[in-house]
Amino acid sequence: MHRTGELYGQFQTLDQQKESATLGMWVFIAQEILFFGGLFLAYTINRHTYSTAFGVGGNMLSLPLGAANTVVLILSSLTMAMAVWSATTSKKKLVSLFLVLTLALGCVFLGVKVIEYKQKFDHHLIPGHGFDIAYCSKNPAACGLTGKELATEVEEIENGLKADPDLNAHAQLYYSLYFAMTGLHALHMIIGAGLLLWLIQQSMKGRFDAAYNTPVENIGLYWHFVDIVWIYLFPLLYLINRHLA
Amino acid sequence: MSSATTTPATAEKLPREHYLNATYGIRSWLLTTDHKRIALLYLISVTFFFFIGGLFAALIRIHLLTPGGYLVTPETYNKLFTMHGVAMIFFFLIPSIPAVLGNFLIPIMIGAKDLAFPKINLLSWYIYLLGGAFVLYSFATGGLDTGWTFYTPLSSIYSNSAVTPAVLGIFINGFSSILTGLNFIVTVHTMRAPGMTWLRLPLFVWAHYATSLIFILGTPVIAITLLLAGLERMFHFGFFNPAYGGDPILFQHLFWFYSHPAVYIMILPAMGVISEIIPTFARKPIFGYDFIAASSIGIAVIGFIVWAHHMFLTGQSTYSAVAFSFLTFLVAIPSAVKVFNWTSTLYKGSIAYDTPMLYGLGFIGLFTIGGLTGLFLACLGLDIHLHDTYFVVAHFHYIMVGGAIMGYLGGIHFWWPKITGRLYPEFLARVAAIVLFIGFNLTFFPQFILGYLGMPRRYHDYPPEYQVLNVMSTAGASILALGYLLPMVYLTWSMRYGKVAGKNPWPATGLEWTTDSPPLTENFHETPVVDWEVYDFEHRPELGLKGAIGKKPAPAHGDD
Amino acid sequence: MSEHIVSPKIYGLIFLALMVGTALTVWAAYQNFGPFNIVIALGIATIKASLVILFFMHGKYSSKRTKLVIVCGFFWLAIMLGLTLADYSSRHPEPSRTQVLPSAPAAFRA
Repeated sequence: MHRTGELYGQFQTLDQQKESATLGMWVFIAQEILFFGGLFLAYTINRHTYSTAFGVGGNMLSLPLGAANTVVLILSSLTMAMAVWSATTSKKKLVSLFLVLTLALGCVFLGVKVIEYKQKFDHHLIPGHGFDIAYCSKNPAACGLTGKELATEVEEIENGLKADPDLNAHAQLYYSLYFAMTGLHALHMIIGAGLLLWLIQQSMKGRFDAAYNTPVENIGLYWHFVDIVWIYLFPLLYLINRHLA
Repeated sequence: MSSATTTPATAEKLPREHYLNATYGIRSWLLTTDHKRIALLYLISVTFFFFIGGLFAALIRIHLLTPGGYLVTPETYNKLFTMHGVAMIFFFLIPSIPAVLGNFLIPIMIGAKDLAFPKINLLSWYIYLLGGAFVLYSFATGGLDTGWTFYTPLSSIYSNSAVTPAVLGIFINGFSSILTGLNFIVTVHTMRAPGMTWLRLPLFVWAHYATSLIFILGTPVIAITLLLAGLERMFHFGFFNPAYGGDPILFQHLFWFYSHPAVYIMILPAMGVISEIIPTFARKPIFGYDFIAASSIGIAVIGFIVWAHHMFLTGQSTYSAVAFSFLTFLVAIPSAVKVFNWTSTLYKGSIAYDTPMLYGLGFIGLFTIGGLTGLFLACLGLDIHLHDTYFVVAHFHYIMVGGAIMGYLGGIHFWWPKITGRLYPEFLARVAAIVLFIGFNLTFFPQFILGYLGMPRRYHDYPPEYQVLNVMSTAGASILALGYLLPMVYLTWSMRYGKVAGKNPWPATGLEWTTDSPPLTENFHETPVVDWEVYDFEHRPELGLKGAIGKKPAPAHGDD
Repeated sequence: MSEHIVSPKIYGLIFLALMVGTALTVWAAYQNFGPFNIVIALGIATIKASLVILFFMHGKYSSKRTKLVIVCGFFWLAIMLGLTLADYSSRHPEPSRTQVLPSAPAAFRA
C-alpha cells in the first residue's frame, strides 16, 4: 500500500491511521508487561526463598547511582511528554529540543549503567566462575572500602553466612536476576534511543505538528513504559534491606 | 445430481486483474506487503516445516514397530520426538491457520484493503524464517533431545545436544506470533467496513481475535523463559539449577504459562474455520452465534489459568493441583458450547457432503474425543496413572491432528477457490479426506489403549505385549501420510488445471464471497457497505438459496 | 482531531510528585517497617507508575478500549504471579543446601 502525504493506503482516513497506530503501540506495551513479567516472577520467588542473600546482594549496589538514574529517567519522561506537547501545539523547534534532551538523559542513564556494570566486574560480582560475594570484604583495598563502611560490610557478610551457609550461591542467583533484569531494561533503552534518533531526524524536517504527530506520541508511550519498568526495578533491586545496613 | 435450479450457462472466467498477476518477479513476492501474498509465502513455509515434522514422525513410528528399538539408538530416539514436537508445534501448528488463512481472509472478511500494518506482516514472515533457520541449524548440528518442553536442568545444563540455537530460534519465532496477533487485534478494532459491526463479524474473525489475545499475552512469557534457559546454558546463571538454589519447577510454571494457552492458539482458529464451514454446507445460519463468539473469548481467557495441569506430578502443592484441576474442568465448558452449537446447526439443515464439510464433520467428532479425554487427564487421581503415557499422546494428537489439522485442511479446501480462483477435483478430495480420517484413527486410537495399559511416552523401547497396538498405529500412520500427500498433489494440480470457480462456488454468505476469485490486490473494487446479518441465507437472494433452507440443496458447484 | 492536550503545568506537577515519591521510597528503605518495607516500596512504585500512565501516557484521557488494554496487561501479569505464588506459598520445600547449617545436629554435619 502506498503513502499519500502522511496517509498510508490501507487506511481510509488519518484518524483511522492514528487510532490504529496508537492501539498497536498499547497492545505492544501490554505484551512487554508480560515479557518483563516473567523476570519479575522469577525475582519474586527467589527473593522470598533467599531473602538474606538478596539483601546482601542488593546492599552492594550503589544507592546514589541507582537513585540518580531514577531521577534521570523520570526527568527524561518529562522531556518526552513535553516533546509530545510541543508537537500537538505545533511548536516544531521545541519538539526537536525536547527529543534531544530525552535522548541525552537516556544516554546519561546508560552511561551510569556502564559504570555500575564495570564496578560489578571489578568486585567479582558477575555470575559464573569467580563470583564471590565476599570479595570486597576480603579485599577492601581493591573495592575502595575503608573504616565504617568496611566494618558494616564485613558484619553483613558474616551475619549472612550464619543465616545462609550457601550465601554465595544464592547471591549469585540475585546477581543473575540483577543482570538479566537491568540488562533487558538497558536493551530496551538502547532500542528507545534508536527510535529517538529517528524521531529527532524527522522532527528536524518539520514533520510533526498538531495535524500529524503520531510517531512522537507512540514512541513516547514506549519510552514511558521503559521508565515504568525502572520505577519498579529500582526499589526491588536497590532497596531490599537497606535498613539493616 | 441435476435439479431445476440454475447451472451457469457459460463457463466462469478468471478475473482479468487479481493479486497473483498484479505484479511479477521474485522481488514482488519477497518484498510484498499484500496480505494475500504473505499468506501464500507462509503456506509454503509452514508446509515445509510440516514435512520436516512429518519425517521425524515417520521415523518414530517405524522405530516403534518392534520392541527392542532397532532403528535408532535411544539417544537418537530422544532427538526424534523432540524435533518432531518442536517443528510441528512452533513452526507448523501455531502459525498454520492464523498466518495462512487468517492473513488471507481477515481483511476481506471485514471489508478492508489490507491489515492495519502490512509491512509488519511481512516482517513477521521474515522473523519466522529467521527463527526457523536457527532451529534447522540446531537440527542439523546434533539435534535436540530435551523434549519440546525443554525441561531444566536437562536443557539448561546437562543436555549435550544443540539446545542453544534451538531456544534462540523459538525465541525469535515468538516475535513473529506476537506481531501477527498485534496486527489482527488492531485490524479487527479499527479497519472494519461501514456496517460491519462486531456482531456481524464472521466467527472465523472472532476466533482469530481470541487467538490474537493469546498471542499477545502468552508468547512473551515463553520468550523470556527460553531466554533465561539459554542464559543459564551459556553463562551458568543458575535460575533453574538446584545447585545454586534455582528451581526447575519455576521453569515449568513459566513454560506452561505460555504453552498451555498455546494449545488454544492451535485449536481456536480451527474452530473458527469449522464455524464457517458448517453453516455453509448445512445451508443454515449458525445456531447460537453470540455464544460461539463469547466462547472463543472464554476459551482464550480461561485457557490462561489452567497451565499447571501439566505439572500435577512434578512437585507443585496439592492445594495448587486441586485448584488447577477444577479450573481445567471449567475450560471444557466453552468448547462444549461450540460442539453443541455446531451440532444444532446441522439439525434440520440440508447437508451437502462436500470436502470441506467432510473435514468439518470429522473435526467435530475427533475434537470431541480429544476434548473428553482431556477431562480424564484433568482428574488428579486418573492423571497419576495416565501422565506421561501414550494416553496423553493420543489425547493431544486427537485435538491437534484430528482437530487443528483437519480444520486447517478443511479451510484450505473451503477457501481454495477464493485463493486460487480454481476448484480442486471433488471426488479425489473426498477420497483423500476419508483416507485421512481412517489413517488418523488407526494411528491414534490404539495409543489411548496403550496409554491406559501403561506404555510410557518418550520411551524408545516397550514390552513385547504392546507390539500389536504399536504396529496398528504405525500402519495407520502410513495411511495418514497418504491422506496428507493426496491434497498436496491435487491442490497443486488444480492451480493450473482446476475448473475456474467464480466468485461464490459453494455458495457461502461471507463478504469474501462477494469479491472476485482470486481477489484484486485491494480486495474490493469499492469499499463494501454491510447491511445484512451474518450467515443469513434467507435474505440473500443473490446466493440463489432463497427458500432453500430445509429443502434439497442446489448443486454446490459445477465440478461433479 | 479530538485530542486532549495536557498542559506543561500538569506535567511539571506530576514530575515533582514522582521526585517526592523517589525520595520517599529511599527514606522508607532505611526505616525498619519489618514485613511492610516491601509493601511500602511496591506501593510507592505503583503510585509512581500510575502517575506516569495516567498523565505522561495520557491514560486518563484515553478511550475505554485503551484503558482496557492497560488493565488487561497488568491483570494477566497478576494471574501469572498470583497463581504461581499460590503454588509456592502452599508448600514449604527445603531450600537446596550444599552445606549443613551449624545448628543442625552433630550427626548430620560433614
